[in-house]
Amino acid sequence: MSQPETISVVLRVNGFDYPVAIEQGRNLLGVIRTEIGLTGTKEGCDDCECGACMVLLDGQPVNSCSFLAVQAQGRAITTVEGLMPADEMHPLQRNILEEGGVQCGFCTPGMLISASALLSRNPAPTDEDVRIGLSGNLCRCTGYTKIVAAVQRTAAEHRG
Amino acid sequence: MSFFIAHTVHDALTALSDGARPVAGGSDLVVGARHGKAPLPPHLVAIDRIAELREVHHTDSGVIIGALVTHHDIEMHALLTTSYAGLADGSALVGSPSTRNVGTLGGNVMNASPAMDTGSPLLVLGAEVELQSLRGTRRLGIAELWTGPGRTCAEPDELCVAVHLPAPAPNSNSAYLRLEYRRAMEIAVVGAAAAVTLAADGSISAVRVALTAVAPTIIEVVGLVGGTVADVAAAAAAAASEQATPISDQRASDRYRRHTVGVMAGRAVQAAARRAGGEMIPVPLNRAVGIGAAS
Repeated sequence: MSQPETISVVLRVNGFDYPVAIEQGRNLLGVIRTEIGLTGTKEGCDDCECGACMVLLDGQPVNSCSFLAVQAQGRAITTVEGLMPADEMHPLQRNILEEGGVQCGFCTPGMLISASALLSRNPAPTDEDVRIGLSGNLCRCTGYTKIVAAVQRTAAEHRG
Repeated sequence: MSFFIAHTVHDALTALSDGARPVAGGSDLVVGARHGKAPLPPHLVAIDRIAELREVHHTDSGVIIGALVTHHDIEMHALLTTSYAGLADGSALVGSPSTRNVGTLGGNVMNASPAMDTGSPLLVLGAEVELQSLRGTRRLGIAELWTGPGRTCAEPDELCVAVHLPAPAPNSNSAYLRLEYRRAMEIAVVGAAAAVTLAADGSISAVRVALTAVAPTIIEVVGLVGGTVADVAAAAAAAASEQATPISDQRASDRYRRHTVGVMAGRAVQAAARRAGGEMIPVPLNRAVGIGAAS
């Protein structure tokens, strides 16, 4: 049986370079989870709908389930693990816990990615801005209210 | 199997002439391949790093939008959200922030979905598509491009490099509205765009209306003439419902689509007229007029 043809690329994830040999059709999500071993990023719908797979590509949120891994070479990829240095909690992570915005937790990594991108471009969002910013992230547990509160609490803390 | 990252249009055109297919954001191509709609092409050229295709140029004769300009770029662009507001209404409704970050105008146009949100605005704005290949360049009206659902008249070696919009006439503007069941990650149930020009007395002197998700392609409503805003809106609504040829599927029945596309067409005419009269209605119109608005 012939081996599937692979392409060698280097992916820069959370500031580290990872050389990987992957098939052309592989999505970025699968390579991050399997080859690179960072499993914070989740596979939900695998259809660009739910946002569980969200990562930052050059600072912009992107659904990694529907982005070709080979196409991400040379770009800065940030996963939920890279929001903060090891062992420290990002203010968004702390606040989403304290506000009760986590139940099953499956959507949380994607929510954090979208929320961090939102706050980096809009440090003082309205509730409506937050809801639009998180509109690509589905949560089946919380009803969103506590997630919005966590984002707003983070924004308020940052403003002092 | 091959994968190539192009940095210039010429590199991309060379790859296309050798049989590669282009990928920009991948949101149609990769999802489609996984659904078995069409397998991922064996030879791919990534075009998303061709800087010259990411630009919006404002010229005396209108605006030239590079094929790689994203929906996010459009919904934030000062000129496009004001003078070409109908297009920005459409782009601002596409998917979610993450889809709008990767989804490009060129990809939307060439994917040729009859439900595409930028389609009917581009049609009423008189858009032309610029296609390039190593054999040369051609420009064609956007209605000529779309030949069926997911089909265009572009040759396999042709790349959409830009969309050209003529300068709007004085006292004119546009609007796009869609019926949606939820506020985000939605595909138009039906939609309608209108572009109108107002006469000095406030009546409509010129009008174009196009319809989304009610035919195999985006279609333009024919036979509309000027008149008072109320009369033109009513005529557009009636003509839209009459000329639509919708299907029934899991999202809506043909009867429901036929009725609601008329409602959308009438409201799009009224909103375009308000904008043409100088009123600032923010993008996307859907939120401003209450469809999907936070209650």
